[in-house]
Amino acid sequence: MHIVDRRLNPRGKSLENRQRFLRRMKGAVQQAVKRSLQNRNIRDVLDGGEISLPIDGMAEPNLRRGDGGIRDHILPGNRAFVEGDILPRPPGGKGGKPKDAGEGDGEDGFRFVLTREEFLDVFLDDLELPDLAKRRLAETEEETPFRAGYSVSGSPSNIAVGRTTRLAMMRRVALHRPRREEIEALQRQIEECEDDESRLALEAKLKSLTEKSRRIPYIDPLDVRYRRFENEPKPVAKAVMFCLMDVSGSMSEHMKDLAKRFYLLLYLFLSKRYKKVEIVFIRHTDKAEEVDEETFFYGPATGGTLVSSALAAMRAIIAARFDPAEWNIYGAQASDGDNAHSDGNLSGQLLREILPLCQYFAYIEVGEEGGDSSVSRSPLWMLYDGIRSELQPLSMRKVCRRNEIFPVFHDLFQKRDAQSKVTP
Amino acid sequence: MTMTMRPPERLLFEGADWDFSTLQRIHDACEEIALGELGLDVYPNQIEVITSEQMLDAYSSTGMPLFYRHWSFGKHFAHHETFYRRGMRDLAYEIVINSSPCISYLMEENTATMQTLVTAHAAFGHNHFFKNNYLFKLWTDAEGILDYLDFAKGYITRCEERYGEAVVERTLDAAHALMSHGVHRYAGKTTIDLRQEEKRQQERRAHEEQIFNDLWRTVPVGKARKAGDSGLEKRRAALGLPQDNILYFLEKSAPRLQPWQREILRIVRHVAQYFHPQRQTKVMNEGTATFVHYQIMNRLHERGQISDGNFLEFLKSHANVVFQPSYDDRRFSGFNPYALGFAMMQDIERIVTTPTEEDRAWFPDIAGRGDAMAVLRDIWANYRDESFISQFLSPNLIRQLRLFHLYDDPEQTEGVLVSAIHNERGYLRIRRQLSREYDIGWTDPAIDIVDVDLAGDRRLLLQHIVMNGCYLQEADMKLVLQHLADLWGYDVLLQEIDDSNIVAREHTASPRKIIQ
Repeated sequence: MHIVDRRLNPRGKSLENRQRFLRRMKGAVQQAVKRSLQNRNIRDVLDGGEISLPIDGMAEPNLRRGDGGIRDHILPGNRAFVEGDILPRPPGGKGGKPKDAGEGDGEDGFRFVLTREEFLDVFLDDLELPDLAKRRLAETEEETPFRAGYSVSGSPSNIAVGRTTRLAMMRRVALHRPRREEIEALQRQIEECEDDESRLALEAKLKSLTEKSRRIPYIDPLDVRYRRFENEPKPVAKAVMFCLMDVSGSMSEHMKDLAKRFYLLLYLFLSKRYKKVEIVFIRHTDKAEEVDEETFFYGPATGGTLVSSALAAMRAIIAARFDPAEWNIYGAQASDGDNAHSDGNLSGQLLREILPLCQYFAYIEVGEEGGDSSVSRSPLWMLYDGIRSELQPLSMRKVCRRNEIFPVFHDLFQKRDAQSKVTP
Repeated sequence: MTMTMRPPERLLFEGADWDFSTLQRIHDACEEIALGELGLDVYPNQIEVITSEQMLDAYSSTGMPLFYRHWSFGKHFAHHETFYRRGMRDLAYEIVINSSPCISYLMEENTATMQTLVTAHAAFGHNHFFKNNYLFKLWTDAEGILDYLDFAKGYITRCEERYGEAVVERTLDAAHALMSHGVHRYAGKTTIDLRQEEKRQQERRAHEEQIFNDLWRTVPVGKARKAGDSGLEKRRAALGLPQDNILYFLEKSAPRLQPWQREILRIVRHVAQYFHPQRQTKVMNEGTATFVHYQIMNRLHERGQISDGNFLEFLKSHANVVFQPSYDDRRFSGFNPYALGFAMMQDIERIVTTPTEEDRAWFPDIAGRGDAMAVLRDIWANYRDESFISQFLSPNLIRQLRLFHLYDDPEQTEGVLVSAIHNERGYLRIRRQLSREYDIGWTDPAIDIVDVDLAGDRRLLLQHIVMNGCYLQEADMKLVLQHLADLWGYDVLLQEIDDSNIVAREHTASPRKIIQ
């Protein structure tokens, strides 16, 4: 007989198998997330949720008998039955109770609930802002200061007042520095005192107290503390995304819904992926306004349509706050394609000015439900289509149905090879 | 009663702690009883001490110490681990491998009492069964299996290096799906010699390629000639049809598989064949091992080698192992093979030593024979679950377990019929029915490959003979059929033939060309 101690054998013998399983599972989860989005509301997406894995991802099928047909069961533990009894079937269940052991043991162990973050991670996994490393910014490093405790030396502007007074108080209490009220009370006693002898004693006491308070200062240089900072170098890619949305009267509720869905996805994607990306929300009717996120997505508005107003606002904001030499600038515009006829030239001119400043500009046109999403003859589409032929980088898509939003979005922002140009 | 006259021996161990010399003493004491008193015949033993994680590992790769790599083993690991970590399920106390030497795993967490129990159960009970049962003798090669698995692991790794992980994985996925239909059910071949497998692999491949190509070289020209009955018979004979071993057929005849893919199918088939006897002897195997450990532990206690306290600990574990809940108990999930097997072994011992009149009538051959161990050893060697139950389930045990038979016919709308209970009229019927539930030929769907359309589109035709209206589980069957079509390389048609010999359902699948 041999005894072998295997405990010290290399651990994780099945590690490779487990890794293979995880790889396979990850692929399956991705598929499931993508598929679940076809039928889901954006709101649900935000909540994450239960994902059932596609059956052919993890299944190990085999040939066995299904339910139904004539069945026999031998069971232990009969107490009351006699031959010929008829037992009613449990309501609802098909086939007879009790069920066979070992049956119905399927994939239930592999149902997942993903948190919002996990869901979005998987969901947005293969998306990327195109050409994020622009111009000279790829190598630029910026030093970001971060708090690193306190120090006893530093510049006066960095005095940590709270910490300093706290230390001073600790020292005053510890060394029994006389308090002001104490001295004042003593002085009052001296004034009121009529007996010379006791006044002398009080004065001597006062003298020693004032001397003591002079010896022990209220704030000592020893107490002073400064906030200390250390610098951390950080590569930065400054990026800003302009979200332009048409909220004019010609946009039906369906179109507004589509546009908002698109932006919600874009917003999720940006806020999830790029901590440093600034987002500017501009909505427009016949005049444009820069609004906050809440108003952009949920504020009601209606009016005429002048696309140029939004483009002008974008140009103005770029000029004021985002130097194109330093910033990667992106634009995303959603519209029903309607524009005042007189506005065409101005819009075209503005877009021609803006596009060279941009890394990427995506235009999605929303249409009525049931419309044809392949082509468009709207004034804005024709105008942009003309500009696209002369100027990069402009991408255009048309969307009519809710379930097209994600594929279009995915299409517009899919990972591209570093070299390849953005082509519409 | 001479045994009790002997001076009490020294305790094998005290308390729960053990070390390697304790294990050695335990093994030797068990061996003395197993071989000397019970007359068992075993392969040499090898005892391996492992951690709980290693136990999970071993579980996940169907209990084998070395195995090729595949994601499904990782999946099983995750599955078992989840249950184990949540405390929903204990780890098995032991895993034992049908090999020579016979390898038993002991977990390091076990107490000394548990190590004794496991040694008696696995290293002697299972070991004896593996070595002596006719199914294992016929279908498995205990000397060769570890070498063969080593070869399989290496071979599949080399395939992955040469042809890519993805395609090997897909081939294995497909082969695993057909694994339950990859065994020869009837003997008639020469004995298994896995050691020769590796050596023969190369030459066999070359030879078969030649034969095989002749069959497929004829490309169909023009309209299919009308094949007469003699043509059909010839074709079926040439392909070895009908064939119920689907993996075997694919390995030999699938026109589009690469030689290495055929070898992978062969490996999966060998593994399936190796485990086939275990599927057919679950009740007997566990019953034997449980009976043996019960005997050995009792003898150790009688001989004063195990203290009363430790013996109580053993009894508690033993009672858990052989617990059989009633059908209406929440814990009920079918028959516990340990409970049924152990109860039957004990019952046989009773029949042999102290039979009643009823036993004499039912079991004239063994009732009152006196030497229980001889009778049991003979039974262990010559039966499988189905024949064992149909021969030895006694009226006494049927009453004791209060067995009854439910007949569930969907046509019968009123409910389920209690067609037999534990009385004179019921004994035989219950016994026959229960034995049938352990007959793999009855419980597994009968599926044969019956024809290939050689002159036409090379479609493979399979038939499932439906019994009692039990059709195949559809979702799974479609996936398996897809795998089958992928391996075959052409369309596949599965017909389900019902009781009145009519094709009741048809399923087809077309290859996805992801394996080729």
